[in-house]
Amino acid sequence: MIPELGHYALVLALALALVQAVVPLWGARANDATLMGVGASTALAQFVFVAASFGALTAAYVGSDFTVLNVFQNSHSTMPLVYKFTSVWGNHEGSMLLWVLILALFGALVALFGSNLPATLKANVLAVQAWIACAFYLFILITSNPFARLAQAPAEGRDLNPILQDIGLAVHPPLLYLGYVGFSISFSFAIAALIDGKIDAAWARWVRPWTLVAWMFLTLGIAMGSYWAYYELGWGGWWFWDPVENASLMPWIAGTALLHSAVVMEKRNALKIWTILLAILTFSLSLLGTFLVRSGVLTSVHTFATDPSRGVFILAILVLFIGGALALYAWRAPALKQGGIFAPISREGALVFNNLFLTSACATVFVGTLYPLALEALTGDKISVGAPFFNLTFGPLFVPLLIAVPFGPLLAWKRGDLFGAAQRLIWAAALGIAALAVTFAIQRGGPVLAPFGVGLAVYVMIGALIDPIERIGLFRQPYAVAFARARGLPRSAWGTAVAHFAAGMLLFGVIAESQWNSERIVSLKPGGSVSVSGYDLTLDQMVPRKGPNYSELIARFTVRRDGEVVDVLEPSKRTFPQRQMSTTEAALLTRGASQLYLSLGDVAADGAIAIRLYHKPLVLLIWFGCVVMVLGGALSLSDRRLRVGAPKPARKSALQPAE
Amino acid sequence: MTRKQRRLTLIGAGLGVLGLAAGLVLYALNDAIVFFNSPSDVVEKHIAPGSRIRLGGLVKPGSLVRGDNLAIRFEVTDGNKSLPVSYTGILPDLFREGQGVVTEGAMDVAGTFKADSVLAKHDETYMPKEVADALKKQGHWKTEGGGYGLAGGATPVGAKK
Repeated sequence: MIPELGHYALVLALALALVQAVVPLWGARANDATLMGVGASTALAQFVFVAASFGALTAAYVGSDFTVLNVFQNSHSTMPLVYKFTSVWGNHEGSMLLWVLILALFGALVALFGSNLPATLKANVLAVQAWIACAFYLFILITSNPFARLAQAPAEGRDLNPILQDIGLAVHPPLLYLGYVGFSISFSFAIAALIDGKIDAAWARWVRPWTLVAWMFLTLGIAMGSYWAYYELGWGGWWFWDPVENASLMPWIAGTALLHSAVVMEKRNALKIWTILLAILTFSLSLLGTFLVRSGVLTSVHTFATDPSRGVFILAILVLFIGGALALYAWRAPALKQGGIFAPISREGALVFNNLFLTSACATVFVGTLYPLALEALTGDKISVGAPFFNLTFGPLFVPLLIAVPFGPLLAWKRGDLFGAAQRLIWAAALGIAALAVTFAIQRGGPVLAPFGVGLAVYVMIGALIDPIERIGLFRQPYAVAFARARGLPRSAWGTAVAHFAAGMLLFGVIAESQWNSERIVSLKPGGSVSVSGYDLTLDQMVPRKGPNYSELIARFTVRRDGEVVDVLEPSKRTFPQRQMSTTEAALLTRGASQLYLSLGDVAADGAIAIRLYHKPLVLLIWFGCVVMVLGGALSLSDRRLRVGAPKPARKSALQPAE
Repeated sequence: MTRKQRRLTLIGAGLGVLGLAAGLVLYALNDAIVFFNSPSDVVEKHIAPGSRIRLGGLVKPGSLVRGDNLAIRFEVTDGNKSLPVSYTGILPDLFREGQGVVTEGAMDVAGTFKADSVLAKHDETYMPKEVADALKKQGHWKTEGGGYGLAGGATPVGAKK
């Protein structure tokens, strides 16, 4: 009964979305407040019904109702309760249901918090949201019904893919979807503005917080996915340039560009047409990501059961929305009024520079991800485009961008002083060069790239702090004065500094991990030992253990440094009988931001076990960097002037002092 | 500067950066991509020793030999031709005889494929897409009927030397 109710609730949500797709739009044309008001009610009701539907599927999972095909295929009665919850979206149908749940959530949030939006804009935005919702409800109901029943109920389920039986599944997909789908709001605002034919700084003021929220979630989602892959897949990589990862990276880069161009639009009323285009592209790339991951054109851990009809359906959605949006853009954008003028050397110019490099980098990822698919379709040749390609294209484009990052906040709006900014960055540059020299001296003949990378990272980190340091008068004023000024400094200025600082941290981590990583792969018998980077590990014993739905072999290692016992590590190899699959559970030892990473291979006939041991210096900076970046975003978001409910007329905001 | 000059500067800078990106992409596409081949392809195309390729197919049942110091030898087959593969290191969790595998490396002069990474990329039928296509081409593909198939994840589990 409950699954049928869930199915029915989803059909009702589709009906509501159909109403919402037409009525508010009509109301906006006819300037009828009642019709426009319908959008808010249906958006809220839609959320309630999708949530009910999602709840019904969750209930089926928690209750191990194997009469439901989806539950039978992806669950098992002995699975720990937390995985019964998370396996709701650990499969194709359920993950699409999560997708629409989040879409409906964002629609409801616009309905709730958009009370101070102009009525027509709000009506149009909600209508566009409903178009997207309709397409995906239809997709689920027609091709991917999660509530399909089995005529004869099996006694036991087939278990969830063991790789997904991890707390990472509870965190990574919801965060990622909040980001992916959150960009639908920027998209809807862009389309609504094109329909209205009206766009001004106030528009950017509304769009920016939404974009920022989506960007923060996407950043966290990607970072958590990366950490999950790092500890779960057993060979210590944190980014594989896998097409599925690229699918999430592309909207992130485009979204980062959008955040920056929206600033120009809000403060200076310039770059309007470009910002609209970026908003469309960012969500288009999210849709492309959904297509790549869900259609089965790629093989990866994210691709669940493949079914050609699904791929065609999502491709149709993709073509319809991207094609439609770009056509509307081509038709309406020329009518939008051009905004303020600025010199090439200015804050605006710096943000344009940022946008140029980010979009070019995004384009290289796009080519690298889709070229193999295109080539195979055209010539039948199968190629793989991996890390070497992206290191050659993505890397060089990010170097000038990172050098420019500290300059941005130091340049004035309209016309900046490049030489002055360079003078103010002298400390950052000096410390960067010092770091380069020190690294070069310490590693003596190590990788050439490392000193330059470290130098650049230090320069970016210090450079990001120069602006707030100068503005609060740290080192020049008494500390009490500096502290008082620090409190008075707009949060968005702090947000910028923190996020840019985090970019430097991330770079530092990437450089350290990729250049100084040490690796040992050996075969050990109990009593044997192995050393890496000053750590000595002894294999004490191998113990079998029984888990709830798996059995595992644990290898117990004692870690010593200079003869002192540091810790005991227990990497294991798990075997899941239901799926006849095994997984490798790596053991991690964290020292500061560095990690010792230990995972197991196969046991040989003579009782020796293969082990893989890494020392990864400063590897945690990669994920700390992402988290700090999100904190920077949160600081910006908490800025009173940016608050969703505090819009100001376009003309006034254009005259505001530049921050 | 007039508005027109500013716009030209902007467009010029844009084209410059895009040109740089395009140049990098073209260079990298020449240099940094790897072609996928089945054992039959390797024999028919006379792939030169030392050129980097991906070799995929099924791990021939009974061919896996483990030597000392994690040295591993096995054969990759597509039904028509088989090639010996040597690899040193840890095999991925999903590596199994009779199932699909993709390896990356180069042929040596003796006709052995020296792999430096072994990937077991599986979809729910435990078959990498590239391998399935290669087998279909050789006419050795049987679609398994009946049952629901194992739904669930495919797995990019890799092993690198």
